[in-house]
Amino acid sequence: MLRKIRICLQIIMMALVTLLLLGIGFKVHLWAGWVAKIQFLPALLSVTGGMVFLSILLTFIFGRIYCSVICPLGIMQDFFSWLGGKAKKNRFSYAKENKVLRYGFLGVFILALIIGFAPLTTLFEPYSAYGRIVNSLFKPLYDLLNNWLAGMDASNDRYNFTEVQIWTRSVTTFMVALLTLLVLAVIAWRKGRLYCNTICPVGTTLSLCSRNSLFRVRFDKDKCKNCGMCEKNCKAQAIDFKNCTVDYSRCVVCGDCLDKCKFDALHYTAKKPAVASKPIDNERRAFLVGAAVAGASAAMAQTQMKVDGGLAVLEDKKAPKRQTPITPPGSISAKHMQKHCTACQLCVSSCPNNVLRPSTDLMKLMQPVMSFERGYCRPECTRCSQVCPAGAIKPISREEKTMQHVGHAVWVKDNCVVLTDGVSCGNCARHCPTGAIQMIDYEGPNGAVKVPAVDENKCIGCGACEHLCPARPFSAIYVEGNVTHHIS
Amino acid sequence: MDRREFIKHIGAVTVASSVVLSACQSNDNETPIAKNVIDGQGEMTYRTNPNTGDRVSLLGYGMMRLPVEEGGTLRDHPNSPIDQELVNQEIDYALEHGVNYIDTSPVYCKGMSEHATGIALARHPRNSYYIATKLSNFSPSTWSTEASKTMFENSLKELQTDYVDYLLLHSIGGESDEMDCMTMFNARYMDNGILDWLVEQKQAGRIRNLGFSFHGNPKLFDTMLQWHDEGRYHWDFVQIQMNYVDWNYAHVIEEENVNASYLYNELHRRGIPVVIMEPLLGGRLANQPDFIVKQMKEREPETPVARWAFRYAGTPEGILTVLSGMTYMEHLVQNVETYSPLRPITAEEDEFLMKVAEEFVELKTVPCTSCNYCMPCPYGLNIPVIFSYYNACITEGKMPAGNTEAKAYHEARKRFLIGYDRNVPSLRQANHCIGCNQCVSHCPQKIDIPTELHRIDDYVEQLKRM
Repeated sequence: MLRKIRICLQIIMMALVTLLLLGIGFKVHLWAGWVAKIQFLPALLSVTGGMVFLSILLTFIFGRIYCSVICPLGIMQDFFSWLGGKAKKNRFSYAKENKVLRYGFLGVFILALIIGFAPLTTLFEPYSAYGRIVNSLFKPLYDLLNNWLAGMDASNDRYNFTEVQIWTRSVTTFMVALLTLLVLAVIAWRKGRLYCNTICPVGTTLSLCSRNSLFRVRFDKDKCKNCGMCEKNCKAQAIDFKNCTVDYSRCVVCGDCLDKCKFDALHYTAKKPAVASKPIDNERRAFLVGAAVAGASAAMAQTQMKVDGGLAVLEDKKAPKRQTPITPPGSISAKHMQKHCTACQLCVSSCPNNVLRPSTDLMKLMQPVMSFERGYCRPECTRCSQVCPAGAIKPISREEKTMQHVGHAVWVKDNCVVLTDGVSCGNCARHCPTGAIQMIDYEGPNGAVKVPAVDENKCIGCGACEHLCPARPFSAIYVEGNVTHHIS
Repeated sequence: MDRREFIKHIGAVTVASSVVLSACQSNDNETPIAKNVIDGQGEMTYRTNPNTGDRVSLLGYGMMRLPVEEGGTLRDHPNSPIDQELVNQEIDYALEHGVNYIDTSPVYCKGMSEHATGIALARHPRNSYYIATKLSNFSPSTWSTEASKTMFENSLKELQTDYVDYLLLHSIGGESDEMDCMTMFNARYMDNGILDWLVEQKQAGRIRNLGFSFHGNPKLFDTMLQWHDEGRYHWDFVQIQMNYVDWNYAHVIEEENVNASYLYNELHRRGIPVVIMEPLLGGRLANQPDFIVKQMKEREPETPVARWAFRYAGTPEGILTVLSGMTYMEHLVQNVETYSPLRPITAEEDEFLMKVAEEFVELKTVPCTSCNYCMPCPYGLNIPVIFSYYNACITEGKMPAGNTEAKAYHEARKRFLIGYDRNVPSLRQANHCIGCNQCVSHCPQKIDIPTELHRIDDYVEQLKRM
């Protein structure tokens, strides 16, 4: 029974987290946004407190069910462990807890968190690791499916799906995600929850509470025949059947042992029990993931490239070298972002304007930065601030957003088409949402022209000017980030 | 024949139903009784060219919007090759059904039209059709004497012939910021002596009729006719834009344009045969809003909406032929039916169409005919597609309207914005127009393109911010 409930919850949770991280539209952030906000470390960093307290309380009562049904990385590992179990049955054996590695690493992690060494904290934070896997590896597949559906919609005059751009936002992040997936798949296949019980900082933290949890798996020594099936099927390698003990710091309350015991010798209770429960056979699981992957690859085969031409060939825009990276409105400052962001990529997935992408800067590795080659930060959009679970991008309203000066525009005279092509322009001024750009008279090499001038006090750094500037590949006006966002 | 019989049966049923319908509405004097009409039951209508005695079919085939292999026209797939097989089939069908006037130009279809036309026509005897082509004027690099002669010789080569039946000075009357219409005309055709050379070619029999197509400033038009009156040059024919909207409203739509009624009357008065272009305003008169379609269908339930425009354009005396840029076989079949034979517009119908024209002008669509002369925009915009999407939303009643809080409004807004992205890739949308004005002088309709694009962009921006 416990196992069945656990699997149901896992499937629901996994579906919600994955749909959210895929950024499927359909207002997913409204009905599934909460699954990100209950994640341990993001909740801790968002300093809202309540969620962290609940997780700890939950663990004190029920053991590490958080690791079983809330953590998407844990659920993912269960999937690979289950596959491994198909290949080789009864493959686990009890292993001693590696306290030095476990608590040593937790110490290092906490230290990194305090001093704000983002590459380490973001790399090992479990929810964010899963976020990157979805964003980098699964989202392109989903986008192919989406574009195929959008094509079907377009030809049937429906408006549910809209075509999106498919692009690799950061090669580094892609490689990190791929490596994470491969390493965890191999570990989980062979050693079950080894990662969760040695490396994972959230797992280690919760293990401190679960050692003395109220509900736990208990042996009924009278009934136990020492067959060892429980130990051989414990993916946490936490059961020592010879001594009839369970290491509760590592048990993630999956319920597998309860189902495997033919003698009804194991029970999940608050105190020593004598209640019998029937073993339940549950063969079907997690085929959803497989179906989704199959669907995506079918979609890939049918997606066609659209061709432009007979039109002027447009060179792709290139990102200028910015002295200060731009972080989204609501993130307060580069420093605040660096301290709170767990690099889960949820904001990157959710950005409808293709503005956010993971940073490649080592100290802010994989944390979001803005750039405007494919779109700009539109005044009506506050999506990233709504989805951020870690409080790195604080929730802001539309009105607040247009008052956050995240950067300021800089004119690059040498690129301006007014001077290079000898045409009149002013597209930057026409599209500035705050009216910060005026066209002023200027004595060019071929006579009087009008060029843009930026009022730094009015400019909020949204990037409309940079994106819509006709100069290519480098715009003639670009946004330089503000170290701390100004508010006016 | 089977198809015709089928249509007759359907027709009979419709007559019965329309009689019932009209009986129901008999107290409404305004609505005429719907009548069952079947066109295309006879032979093609022909008009005689008084200069050469040519018997010209009232339907002329315009080769500007040829089908391409990837579907649609070059506007939809700018890099696709022409679908030669379909062009051949269409030319075969057209000639077989009496169409004998084929109009092309060296610039049409990115310069591929003459070649494709030549291939299709070479499969038929040269005396079974008349070829019209043009001395085009798009790029000043072609304005020299030598380049102009090369252009004409190349036309003959591409069209696989040694004479042209109808040669036009292409789209005269244009002007730019630097040149007024007269200066531009002189620079293109007079200063280099090319008009005189063309007259020589006519005397030599390599051109059978010499004329011009006109868009733009009426000053030049008047001058050309003055020359004709003075005997300086003889115009065998003139090609003008005429349809039931431009007849009285060309000037209303764009102040600089001149009404077709003026152009036609001036030509007809002098007995100059008139060739009609844009009888459908680039297809826009075939794509009317529901309330106009309703009025037309209430009169003739089975008559295609476009047919009203073709009948209108073909009715006046002195019209030599009406050009239609038929991309699809279905257009061709329908237009052949329209003119086999022509059912002239009656005085009452003329009044009705003038009323329709007034309502059409009220829609405030962008008067773009998708001729693509403005393309390619140096900054990458797809100007005609932006305009046609915007116009289609207006005529199809898809613009968000009414209470902005209502669900219907939000639904329409969403559809408008998604549809915009689907029709025009974001890099090619109106917000990229920098207002360089390079397109303006190319537009035969005299549309202030940047202003219209900025207006559409402002509208889109306003919708996005809701």
